[in-house]
Amino acid sequence: MATAHARGAARVMLSPAVVLLLLWMIVPLGMTIWFSFQRYGLLSGMPPEWTGLTNYRYFLTDPAFFTSIKNTLTLVGGVLAITVVGGILLALLLDQPFWGQGVVRVLVIAPFFVMPTVSALVWKNMFMNPVNGLFAWVAKLFGAQPFDFLAQAPMFSIILIVAWQWLPFATLILLTALQSLDSEQLEAAEMDGAGWLSRFGHIMLPHLTRAITVVILIQTIFLLSTFAEILVTTNGGPGTATTNLTYLVYAQSLLQFDVGGGAAGGIVAVILANIVAIFLMRMIGKNLEA
Amino acid sequence: MTVTMRALLGATALCAAAGWAQAETLTIATVNNGDMIRMQGLTEDFTAKNPDITVEWVTLEENALRQKVTTDIATKGGQYDIMTIGTYEVPIWGKQGWLVSLNDLPGEYDIDDLLPAIRGGLTVDGNLYAAPFYGESSMVMYRTDLMEKAGLTMPEAPTWDFIKEAAAAMTDKANEVYGVCLRGKAGWGENMAFLTAMSNSFGAKWFDMDWKPQFDQQPWADTLNFYLDLMNNYGPPGASNNGFNENLALFQQGKCGMWIDATVAASFVTNPKDSTVADKVGFALAPDKGLGKRGNWLWAWSLAIPAGSQKVDAAKKFIAWATSKDYLALVASKEGWANVPPGTRTSLYENPEYAAVPFAKMTLDSINAADPTKPTVDEVPYVGVQFVAIPEFQGIATAVGQQFSAALAGQTSAADALAASQDLATREMTKAGYIK
Amino acid sequence: MARSVSTRRKTLVTILAWAVAFLIFFPILWTVLTSFKSEGDAIASPPKFLFFDWTVENYVTVQERSDYFKHFWNSVVMSVGSTLAALVLAIPAAWSMAFVPGRRTKDLLMWMLSTKMMPAVGVLVPMYLIFRDTGLLDTRTGLVIVLTLINLPIVVWMLYTYFKEIPAEILEAARMDGASLRSEILYVLTPMAVPGIASTLLLNIILAWNEAFWTLNLTAAKAAPLTAFIASYSSPEGLFYAKLSAASTMAIAPILIMGWFSQKQLVRGLTFGAVK
Repeated sequence: MATAHARGAARVMLSPAVVLLLLWMIVPLGMTIWFSFQRYGLLSGMPPEWTGLTNYRYFLTDPAFFTSIKNTLTLVGGVLAITVVGGILLALLLDQPFWGQGVVRVLVIAPFFVMPTVSALVWKNMFMNPVNGLFAWVAKLFGAQPFDFLAQAPMFSIILIVAWQWLPFATLILLTALQSLDSEQLEAAEMDGAGWLSRFGHIMLPHLTRAITVVILIQTIFLLSTFAEILVTTNGGPGTATTNLTYLVYAQSLLQFDVGGGAAGGIVAVILANIVAIFLMRMIGKNLEA
Repeated sequence: MTVTMRALLGATALCAAAGWAQAETLTIATVNNGDMIRMQGLTEDFTAKNPDITVEWVTLEENALRQKVTTDIATKGGQYDIMTIGTYEVPIWGKQGWLVSLNDLPGEYDIDDLLPAIRGGLTVDGNLYAAPFYGESSMVMYRTDLMEKAGLTMPEAPTWDFIKEAAAAMTDKANEVYGVCLRGKAGWGENMAFLTAMSNSFGAKWFDMDWKPQFDQQPWADTLNFYLDLMNNYGPPGASNNGFNENLALFQQGKCGMWIDATVAASFVTNPKDSTVADKVGFALAPDKGLGKRGNWLWAWSLAIPAGSQKVDAAKKFIAWATSKDYLALVASKEGWANVPPGTRTSLYENPEYAAVPFAKMTLDSINAADPTKPTVDEVPYVGVQFVAIPEFQGIATAVGQQFSAALAGQTSAADALAASQDLATREMTKAGYIK
Repeated sequence: MARSVSTRRKTLVTILAWAVAFLIFFPILWTVLTSFKSEGDAIASPPKFLFFDWTVENYVTVQERSDYFKHFWNSVVMSVGSTLAALVLAIPAAWSMAFVPGRRTKDLLMWMLSTKMMPAVGVLVPMYLIFRDTGLLDTRTGLVIVLTLINLPIVVWMLYTYFKEIPAEILEAARMDGASLRSEILYVLTPMAVPGIASTLLLNIILAWNEAFWTLNLTAAKAAPLTAFIASYSSPEGLFYAKLSAASTMAIAPILIMGWFSQKQLVRGLTFGAVK
């Protein structure tokens, strides 16, 4: 279909974006790779010196390293589970006719607009705080001991905060997909005496597969680098209970001010993220093939 | 700094002065603490006296600020003309030659009036590299009414055993009164500031003379166990997330019997506008264990000029204004003596009007009781009371703080937390080349 | 709606939907309410929901302390600027990928997305050095550049999925009629893709507005956006819930309002090719 002319033009038009992204990849990434082989403590005042793989050795043998990978996956997985399941349920609910659809949709979508820093601050101080938080008050109302969310269930609390922010996004995409479903098909199935569950399982869910994969892909990209929520609420703790890979790199680069160590951590994170990406793309690629 | 460097700097300053004849803009990075916010509010007094200078503020929460100014000064980014830094940064940065010496501040500034302990902490090789804006130590703040109810009297210099006894007597969980509130939130400037100072009084130390971490020694185990015992039995819920601010809020709401923390808190807890217990607060020195050291720290938020700044003269003018005797008088005239930035000048404590402030004497005594050059019972290779003035400290202490915070949250045992701390500190010190 | 629905069922669904919506929205509502309380009321137990002395003193204090409008304007410039720049770069790229796909198109797309996974913190010092040497530190231009590059992959991808749904025949017809490539894209493709472009635009303004790492770390006084504004209220001394709430409300209100007004446009194109 495409003529040689069009192909040439395509290349020209593609190139600004590709070249810029390439630069964006290569320049900082190149510098990061370079620094990762250097002994470069920002506060030592000494010029960087070549140190080979030392930074990588220390980063990979850090006792917090495997914990951080586990935490990263738990966080991504937990948020995905809540937002996908919650998003489907919400989409099914909002797809029904009811009064005030416009307003309800406005309310549901709102958390997506809130800055991560703000939402973490609000949740931490005004809801989860075991003395002044609203949850503590509710617990006391029922005569229970206030639950100390960020100390007793730190990962769960962070998943909750992040999921709250992403639930609207999942809901919207799933709702749009649901609304594009041919209602005649559903009615036909209903006539045939198919129950709600089988209609959901046989018609709606297959129809939503693509939307679900899209939600998973986009959210994973953002969730892998979750940072602000952790920094504000738990600082990666208690212990290393909520230290994810991004946070571990942060601790190296901006607490230790160890540029070399931070760079090595950054490179490791990029490699791991790309493994996840390839994995995801395989999965998504299949589903998104038109 | 070499002569050439100085000449170069002078030349650039001249060029800058010629190029910007009318107005110079100072960009000042500072922390969002109450005293700094007040300074920001009083900027007009400075600009009125110096019409050729305008001031732009970058006010940030402490950790964000530290990240930004450290990145900037280490990469010579030149974004700030004045930086607010603490007694931890000054010795390290000063040694690197990153700061402009303030020895030549004008005579009426009266450098010799600065409190010796504070001035010593900000001086490297005879050069004063930062001017103290406010200084603090730590002390015990307690509720006089609850103490009386418990039938006890707080001595002026209590022991840790007395603190425990008093905490037990004051705790009334049914009414949300907790005997003692202490920092638990992980961070080198949060729980580790408190615990390091506390450990000094227990005879513990961070490193021995060979820079070997000491968390596997008995004094640290004693410190941590005592702290955990105190907090688990008589502390508020959620203590592992409480830092200075959280505890301040708790104390102001009347939920703490005692609180051992920064002396600057005194003016907040006795301020009737914010505090429900303003008229029922007493003060005492930080506790000891009979080993000759008290568990109090020494800190001063100070203003410094990054080397290479092109506005050194204007910046010095500002610093001389903000840390002067006149500034103290200015704040006193607007907000009362209780609200002036404390802990920097001898003359303030000799002022009879200031002596009437209830916490003045205890603040001065606490500051004088701290000695950054000899912080511990045993000899150590480092300076700093609640920190160790080496670049690696922030990272190590934050990781150790996480372990101790986890122990407080009940997610790990004290022994495991100490063992993990010993491991990670040894790793980092080896990596940094201290341990051969 | 083809199906008739009983009123009883509709009532039930209404109640349920409103309850869920209220629950999801509550944290924001609570923040806004708290911002109008005195610090004392903000931590009162039991909490005061509506009956307290409403006050705007927190807003006054916040505005006095930090110039809200300066930060607001910086946020507007960098989020809108970076989104427009990203669109200009992305529309031609997405056109190429959608209508002249090669064997490597999919890989290229995936590679673009994978650049988003680079953890920003690990790259801060190199970036800071680059910005220092190019004089971009604390400039809005610098922020626009970084945010453009950060969001470009998502923009390309969203547009690509949207363009792919447009039948290629229409473009070919235009080409047959002698339209140049430029006018083909400008006058045929773009108008057809308006919903997709609009929702891409909106989504990216939101993402740029909320980006809190680069915007905080590469600015000082002049270019600091609302994310830096928030950082000066996050944990001050003393009671701060009310002031924090006021600052939070001020930081999220513009984007929230924009989002609400344009939610139809946002939602319409937010399919990422998930809907056929």
